[in-house]
Amino acid sequence: MDIHEYQAKELLSRYSVHVPRGRLAYSPEQAAYRASEIGGDKWVVKAQIHSGARGKAGGIKLCGSDDEISAAAEAMLGRKLVTHQTGPRGKLVSRLYVEEAVDILQEIYLAFVLDRKSERVMIVASASGGMEIEEIAESEPDSIIRATVDPGAGMQDFQAREIAFGLGLENAMIGKATETLLGCYRVFRDYDASMLEINPLVVTRDGNLVALDAKMSFDENALFRRPEISELRDKSQEDPRETFASDRGLSYVGLDGNIGCIINGAGLAMATMDMIKIAGGEPANFLDIGGGASPERVAKSFRAVLGDKKVEAILVNIFAGINRCDWVAEGVIKAIREVGVPVPLVVRLAGTNVDEGKRILAESGEAIVVADTLAEAAEKTVAAWRSVTMNKPG
Amino acid sequence: MAILLNRDTRVIVQGFTGKIGSFHAEDMKRYGTNVVGGVTPGKGGQTHLGLPVFNTVKGAVRETAADASIIFVPPPFAADSIMEAADAGIKFCVCITDGIPSQDMIRVKRYMRRYRYQDRLRLIGPNCAGIISPGQALMGIMPGSIYLPGRVGIVGRSGTLGYEAASQMKAVGIGVSTSVGIGGDPINGSSFRDILELFEKDDDTDAVVMIGEIGGPQEAEAALWARDNMKKPLIAYIAGLSAPKGKRMGHAGAIISAFGESAQEKVEILRDAGVAIVPTPSAFGQVVAAVMAERAKAA
Repeated sequence: MDIHEYQAKELLSRYSVHVPRGRLAYSPEQAAYRASEIGGDKWVVKAQIHSGARGKAGGIKLCGSDDEISAAAEAMLGRKLVTHQTGPRGKLVSRLYVEEAVDILQEIYLAFVLDRKSERVMIVASASGGMEIEEIAESEPDSIIRATVDPGAGMQDFQAREIAFGLGLENAMIGKATETLLGCYRVFRDYDASMLEINPLVVTRDGNLVALDAKMSFDENALFRRPEISELRDKSQEDPRETFASDRGLSYVGLDGNIGCIINGAGLAMATMDMIKIAGGEPANFLDIGGGASPERVAKSFRAVLGDKKVEAILVNIFAGINRCDWVAEGVIKAIREVGVPVPLVVRLAGTNVDEGKRILAESGEAIVVADTLAEAAEKTVAAWRSVTMNKPG
Repeated sequence: MAILLNRDTRVIVQGFTGKIGSFHAEDMKRYGTNVVGGVTPGKGGQTHLGLPVFNTVKGAVRETAADASIIFVPPPFAADSIMEAADAGIKFCVCITDGIPSQDMIRVKRYMRRYRYQDRLRLIGPNCAGIISPGQALMGIMPGSIYLPGRVGIVGRSGTLGYEAASQMKAVGIGVSTSVGIGGDPINGSSFRDILELFEKDDDTDAVVMIGEIGGPQEAEAALWARDNMKKPLIAYIAGLSAPKGKRMGHAGAIISAFGESAQEKVEILRDAGVAIVPTPSAFGQVVAAVMAERAKAA
């Protein structure tokens, strides 16, 4: 789960990480008022969306007067910002963060991630801040410093010092850098974060170390014990198709194709989507309905998939392990009658009692195309989708 | 002999008296697994499904001489259950639970290193379908009927995709020595490489099918290990060809976040290491049959 920059900065500042003075605003007037509260003569107006690379998309503006702040706020609020991280649909700007401008001497890249190889929290830092880590890895791979934290002992002062010296910071900054690094580690650990990125962390002309930007993501499996993080969720930043599904306990990821997918198991779902692609189609979604394909879950899945108006055909692929195909077939038919499925539907069942399941589908009188194998299911779905699009007027 | 699990393995169930634990404990017994008891704190001394219930894993090990455990404990408490099993001297543990926080798994992996290698618990999972040695025993949630006993090993992250592979193999008359689901989490107990090492040493396994997916370094690590150390044929499929970068596909671990983690890149690495590639998920049966036929011809 992602949170906004201002929320991440609020968390970080509780852990002795310095951030510029800033306030939240929901209108141009409020933005200008917030700037006067902060004081000074230069401010930055920042669109709060769940994405990096906001600057290039017009989501960050340096301003020197009330008028400039109002104009910047007006240009951003209510608009959808498209960055290379948001996808073509973009993300809606409904809140702004107004911050004092900072006089930058040096920019540093700093991130904390869960490293799958060492199975520990890893710190990634580079003196070449401001760029994205992929660019740094490409252009200055030697500048990247990595360290991992022993989960038994936690992050040690010497590790933070090593990183600070490795970044080439002056002696006067080492203490501040150590405090910042240890604070970041503690906030990461205490809130079950999965990613914390400060890019850039800047050395200011007046000798401070300040987090100019902050991105944080959290482990969804740990939200049960982090209610204060759950509260920070902003559904306006999510794909509405995914919000609908996740509120109903389904694992759904929206994609850009036209073939809706309802499958049990994440691996089988990915494999089925691959088969659709090989057969010449494009999946509209990933959807894992989980182990027990109960009629209720199947009905919810049809609703989630059909909520996407681009869907022109649906493939259901269930490998019945614990449950039985006849029961799944009954669930599918019940769901079709309840929800109404206005697009071609292909169903492939496998596993326990498969023959009985297929008989139930065939005898239902519903317009269901039944497939035996994964390849056949994908081919029949793509063929059904093609016949729909060919007959479409215009 | 199969790997890790056979008909003599003495199994206890952690989370024994819960709905899910009870259902699968019965299913495992029916398949022939030597289930000797279970653990539910606070219900020690009772009898459940005709077997003794214990308050602690140590108590269960003392009374039943169990050497393996399977965990059906809810996610907030599952990491603790794994560590309890490790401390009680259990040598082999399967954790079915889906949804354990990553930082809990980091702690579990660190905790397990407290023990000398020979005393250390081997963990399969979490978030997995378990393990089956067809015709002998089942520690997991997979349907036993789709596996034909035989001499090909299977190791994969996903449950139902593993069923797909096994049933395609059954359809062409190829059986399985042991099938292991290592689970879909980013930090898990046994890696692909760990399981390949066991299959390579197993006299009853002639070839191995590895079913990977996008995300993480384990498939590439396994490819390099197999290239340098494996004499038995390795056959691999990678799911997620159509997955976009940065989107998590159901499994917490199935997300492309670094170079070398996409399906295409993993397939390239495997192919370069001399691994036979299953090009589509409907070709498991066909490719395994071809590799086995070639092996028979060479012998």
